Amino acid sequence: MSIDLPGGLAPARVAFYNNPKVRSVAYQVALFAIVAFLVYGAATNAIDHLQRAHIASGFGFWHNTAGFDISQTLIEFSSQTSTYGRAFWVGLLNTLLVAGLGIVFATVLGFTVGVARLSKNWLVAKSATGYVETIRNIPLLLQLLFWYNAVLKALPDLRESYGIPGGGFLNNRGLVLPDPIAQAGAGTLGLIILAGFIAAVIFRIWAGRRQEQTGEQAPVFKIGAALVIVPAAIFVLVHGFPFTFDMPQRGRFNITGGLEVLPEFAALLFGLSIYTAAFIAEVVRAGILAVSRGQSEAAYALGLRPRTTLRLIVLPQAMRVIVPPLTSQYLNLIKNSSLAVAIGYPDLVQVFTGTVLNQTGQAVEVVAITMAVYLTISLTTSLLMNIYNSRIALVER
Amino acid sequence: MTMAEGDLAVTEIKFVSPAQIGARPPPAAMSGAIGWLRANLLSTPFNITLTILIALLLAWVIPELVKFLLIDAVWTGSDRDACREVVQHREIGACWPFVWERWSYFVYGSYPIPQRWRVDVFFAMLAVGVVWLLWLEAPRRDLATGYFFVVLPVCSFVLLTGWSAIGLPPVDTVLWGGVLVTIVVASVGIVLSLPLGMLLALGRRSHMPTVKFFSVTFIEFVRGVPLVTVLFMASVMLPLFVPENLEPDKLLRALIGIALFASAYMAEVVRAGLQAIPKGQFEGAMAVGLGYWQMMRLIILPQAIKITIPNIVNTYIGLFKDTTLVFIVGIFDFLRTIEVARIDPKWATPVTSSTGYAVAAIFYLVFCYGMSRYARAMEARLAKGDRR
Repeated sequence: MSIDLPGGLAPARVAFYNNPKVRSVAYQVALFAIVAFLVYGAATNAIDHLQRAHIASGFGFWHNTAGFDISQTLIEFSSQTSTYGRAFWVGLLNTLLVAGLGIVFATVLGFTVGVARLSKNWLVAKSATGYVETIRNIPLLLQLLFWYNAVLKALPDLRESYGIPGGGFLNNRGLVLPDPIAQAGAGTLGLIILAGFIAAVIFRIWAGRRQEQTGEQAPVFKIGAALVIVPAAIFVLVHGFPFTFDMPQRGRFNITGGLEVLPEFAALLFGLSIYTAAFIAEVVRAGILAVSRGQSEAAYALGLRPRTTLRLIVLPQAMRVIVPPLTSQYLNLIKNSSLAVAIGYPDLVQVFTGTVLNQTGQAVEVVAITMAVYLTISLTTSLLMNIYNSRIALVER
Repeated sequence: MTMAEGDLAVTEIKFVSPAQIGARPPPAAMSGAIGWLRANLLSTPFNITLTILIALLLAWVIPELVKFLLIDAVWTGSDRDACREVVQHREIGACWPFVWERWSYFVYGSYPIPQRWRVDVFFAMLAVGVVWLLWLEAPRRDLATGYFFVVLPVCSFVLLTGWSAIGLPPVDTVLWGGVLVTIVVASVGIVLSLPLGMLLALGRRSHMPTVKFFSVTFIEFVRGVPLVTVLFMASVMLPLFVPENLEPDKLLRALIGIALFASAYMAEVVRAGLQAIPKGQFEGAMAVGLGYWQMMRLIILPQAIKITIPNIVNTYIGLFKDTTLVFIVGIFDFLRTIEVARIDPKWATPVTSSTGYAVAAIFYLVFCYGMSRYARAMEARLAKGDRR
């Protein structure tokens, strides 16, 4: 871009080092050089250290036999034959199990407390506030240690186990419940229930369309429940119940049989759910407050009841504000599940970054794999969230 | 109109009261304590049920808590016998003598006893700095930032690690512990994360692709992984990456991990503040001929930081709670000292763990709640300026 200046006045010459473009390139080259130098230095140092310590590098250890036991395995695992790779999957599945259940519990509890904080009932609102303020301000690690060491480990020992109605036991080694074992026909029952659910969903969609056209309401919940329960009940009556229960038997030194819930698992699940619920409650409260009062007043004016107003008018609009921070709370819960290592629940970090790292000494590879797993989860979730967000975002003129 | 005429006019219409009737009190059931109860606790059957359920829950939890912490608690004693039901033949609550005896361990860790005055001086200097920064009417607040971010770190470092030349014998960081370590980790995180976070936030909004790429990669990477893995990386991988003679000690590794982690989160907080600054501010600053750094330092950052102070304090609260995680890489922070003390056979009783955790909970609750109150007060104060 040049400008014709009268009187032969040339624009003042700018020294080349004051040219913004030159400067920009110079800064970037300098930054790149510094980062490259640091990475190179780190890499050569690492190689040097590892060679001197005679630590193998590469991912060959993945197929080596692990030789240690894991206290909770969702897939087959034995210390004699299973590999480190298998241990990784066991740890990952345990992480996903506790995180998945934690998300469900934290959501239910968090939404309840969040709505309760805005309740007109003084006692309910104040108790909810007290819960949120207390739980949010105590470190999660402390809460986990409390649940594990002060609550679950302080339960009576085996001989004085609490009996749970229905045949379970609760003691300081965990919770043992009757273990359902599938017999012939279990698959059919599952299919029948699944078909019932699908039918109920279809019915709901149909009833919604009919209501929009004619204004007639159908008892969606009752008929839907009937569609799920009745066929299943008929099947059970005709065929018999297709499950038997492996009842736990209390011996002198241990309990045999049954489905065992580790105290580590219970403590982690409790701690994560209760802690994250306090944050979710705040997110929900902020979301509901963001819906203008006029919306609920208009709903009341139309004659909707408070609970219907909340369900049909306020929450759908609040969800727009709630969902993005809610997702980041879910991600926090997944990341916080790595605190399992402090109480010895065999999650990904405890099994892989703990035991496998100690046995193989291959810190770089092991930490890199662990981080890659969490990064994948986080980035995928953010991606899905962005897609969802752009779909539900308010469309303005 | 005279009085007599008025009276006459009124007497003509007999059915209208001559005087205004004074306001009557509202029905007893709608006002006062009963009215409040009806409106707030017992408005509908559903609300009545909720009130009863919550009241039952509170009636169960609160007396239990008071009983444990105060009524049944043991206040004096010299070892575990004082806190054992079998010995004392009564129900036992919290075991406070355990806390009295271990208190100095909880505060100083294994810091050599003759040198502990140095830790006290550090606490005092830190308290002065914090009050100076936070108390808005304090004298010479212009010096407070320099004191907190420059003088204090240097003095504390010399004071705590020791410097033989001025007669302070060196103290190995392995001996540090308890509240001291918690405060050191938190302060280092707080002092380093803000400037690093600002740089990263500016980098993320930079027009230079390389700078932007490195900033975004770092921020997203750190925010995508748990702090535990960052600490693991700092403690097992960092020693591999540096030459042997520079190998950082355990505490320093954890400090680096925490500072990097906190600065990635701080970067996002600052970025949110930067995004809220109207474009006109940037254009105005450039129009008066300010360079990039002058513009940021004098015009943009002061405004951006001002509106994000509440979020910055919230990040600090998170950071303070996260300092407990250094426990996992083997550093004796406050929580770890409690963990160690509670399994000491000298005090092994069924109530020792609960007592220790209660002390830790109160400690973190007081600090974090205090910070969140401050953030809220700040928010209200800043909102006042925007109200017309």
